[in-house]
Amino acid sequence: MNHYQESVYLQGHIIDSLVLAKVLDLILMMGGTFDLEDVHIGKTREEPSHARIRIRTTSRALLDDILRKIQPHGASIEREADCRTDRAPADGVLPDNFYATTHLPTQIRLNGQWLDVDQIEMDLAIAVSETRSVAQAVPMGEVRQGDQIVVGREGVRVIPLRRPQERDVFGFMESQVSAERPHGHIITDIATRMSQLRERHSQGQADSRVLLAGGPAIIHAGGREALTWLIEQGFVHTLFCGNALAAHDMEADLYGTSLGYGLTAGRAVPHGHEHHLRTINRIRTIGSIKAAVTSGIIKQGIMAACVRHGVPVIMSGTIRDDGPLPGVITDSVQAQRAMRALIPGVGLALLVASTLHSVATGNLLPATVPTVCVDVNPSVPTKLADRGSFQAVGLVMDAASFLSELARCLGRPT
Amino acid sequence: MSRLLVCPPDYFGIEYEINPWMRLTNRVDHGRAIRQWHELMHVFEHDLGVVLERMTPIPGLPDLVFTANAGIVVGRTAVVSRFRYPERQREEAYFESWFRGHGYEVMTVEAGLHFEGAGDLLGFPEYCFGGYRQRSDIRIFPVLSERFHQEIIPLELVDSRFYHLDTCLCPLSGGELLYFSAAFDSYGRTAIAERVPDKLRLAVPEDEALKFACNAVCVGKHVVLPTGCPTTQAWLRIRGYETHAVQLDEFMKSGGSAKCLALALD
Repeated sequence: MNHYQESVYLQGHIIDSLVLAKVLDLILMMGGTFDLEDVHIGKTREEPSHARIRIRTTSRALLDDILRKIQPHGASIEREADCRTDRAPADGVLPDNFYATTHLPTQIRLNGQWLDVDQIEMDLAIAVSETRSVAQAVPMGEVRQGDQIVVGREGVRVIPLRRPQERDVFGFMESQVSAERPHGHIITDIATRMSQLRERHSQGQADSRVLLAGGPAIIHAGGREALTWLIEQGFVHTLFCGNALAAHDMEADLYGTSLGYGLTAGRAVPHGHEHHLRTINRIRTIGSIKAAVTSGIIKQGIMAACVRHGVPVIMSGTIRDDGPLPGVITDSVQAQRAMRALIPGVGLALLVASTLHSVATGNLLPATVPTVCVDVNPSVPTKLADRGSFQAVGLVMDAASFLSELARCLGRPT
Repeated sequence: MSRLLVCPPDYFGIEYEINPWMRLTNRVDHGRAIRQWHELMHVFEHDLGVVLERMTPIPGLPDLVFTANAGIVVGRTAVVSRFRYPERQREEAYFESWFRGHGYEVMTVEAGLHFEGAGDLLGFPEYCFGGYRQRSDIRIFPVLSERFHQEIIPLELVDSRFYHLDTCLCPLSGGELLYFSAAFDSYGRTAIAERVPDKLRLAVPEDEALKFACNAVCVGKHVVLPTGCPTTQAWLRIRGYETHAVQLDEFMKSGGSAKCLALALD
């Protein structure tokens, strides 16, 4: 990504003289890129035009070279100011006029230097360390009285996403979601990414973890085996879900049903509606899902695979949960905190068959993380794809079909 | 144009080198220079019928003779030049005091910006061209444009031998243009071509450009230019101009010719 940038201002009769064209050509020929901002073209011959050009490069040296080359053509560097900060007036309260973040890479200017904001996420504030050397996105609820919080817009800049270099579905998506679109090649591209990420993850490389956030429809629809296989094969490295996915996964293991329906028979079994409650009760008796797996009570399935392969699971509770299972975080602020803690290092997010968990996870993800949202309800992938990221891919399809096809592409025997 | 500011060449000579034409070893024949200058003044006064305002020459300022670089005059306002080279910066105070002494409102250029007057700003009644990069800064043009409500199209000068715009471009009273295309880059050439149609443009041949054919003074249907530019003269005559060729080779030793030696006052 082009992290070095500077804004320059060009004014005068820059259109007819082709001075603007020359400056833009120079930037490109030297290997920089630019965004034209605030272009105003004079309406009469006398009225001058002006343009604000944001130049981006891959190195400081190249940026300096470009600035040196274009300054004789009238490009003046915009006077930039440090960002302003105010102290948080109380715990959990931001100062008035706090800067609200986007999910795009963001920098703030401190002591004349541009500094990356760590752990960027939408709808947060930016806290600056006492030494003024570190900036981090911070949720409102996590702010402590006296924290230095960025206020106003001065000295804050957001770096738009570039289209990824990979020529796959993530590079070409136009944030359109359609049930009519063929899914095959999209799933193939996702599989290719996952294959590469597994390789990178095994080498301990950064941003190589695959996060899956899923709902219980994965179990109901018959995607349990495929997802279990993906976890066992090392393609999924973090799981976000709720009480239900875990409960029905283990219900399937103990009773062969999901919410009382026989998964193989395909019909309701007598007293089947009790199965998930009995399952939850059983795990509560044992004390934890991990103990249930290690003791051999729970033998197969998604939770078992996660325990055996050390895949961290964050289970966030909801108001209608039964039980809940041990380990479900019922305080939603704490649940959000736990999910947030596992976001750094994620290189691909699969949000499957869950409106609540998909949206919650999507809100936590920086725009730079490629994201796939799969749901039979088009409104969910549409909502996620509308986050303004080139890298958000929406698929309107059944969870089980998606996971089965994905697993097949990754080598699962059929 | 009825009045021109000029400065007699009493102290003209080559005392430094600030352009590729100047060679300290290339001595100016002083008597000859004076004769050439008077010949030019004679043409101005008698053939063109203009009024000359003569500055007092100053010892130690050999280039004061090139009054085109004093600044620009718009109505009763004079924008005094701010020279790029220290050798000529000493002229600024003299030009400024001449303008003030003659009732002009003086506008100075902000510090850090260079502007070399009518040497780099010339054009037609509807718009001007501004030469930059060699001497003047491009950033002066928006300032002047706003102050005088005049469109100024900047043109980069890419050949150091044509260090001022008036050495390679000359707008004429009938809308025609003399210019030496190699003194501009492709952007500049395109900008010129967009404004001045083919048939009104003469791309001066290189040998005549090097004799400063473009450093010509046009008053009405008269054009005063250096000798040795037959192609340019022939084209001008076809276009209905009366040409006056004056031998000015002593001044070419400093990189100046007819146009450099005069500043239009009104």
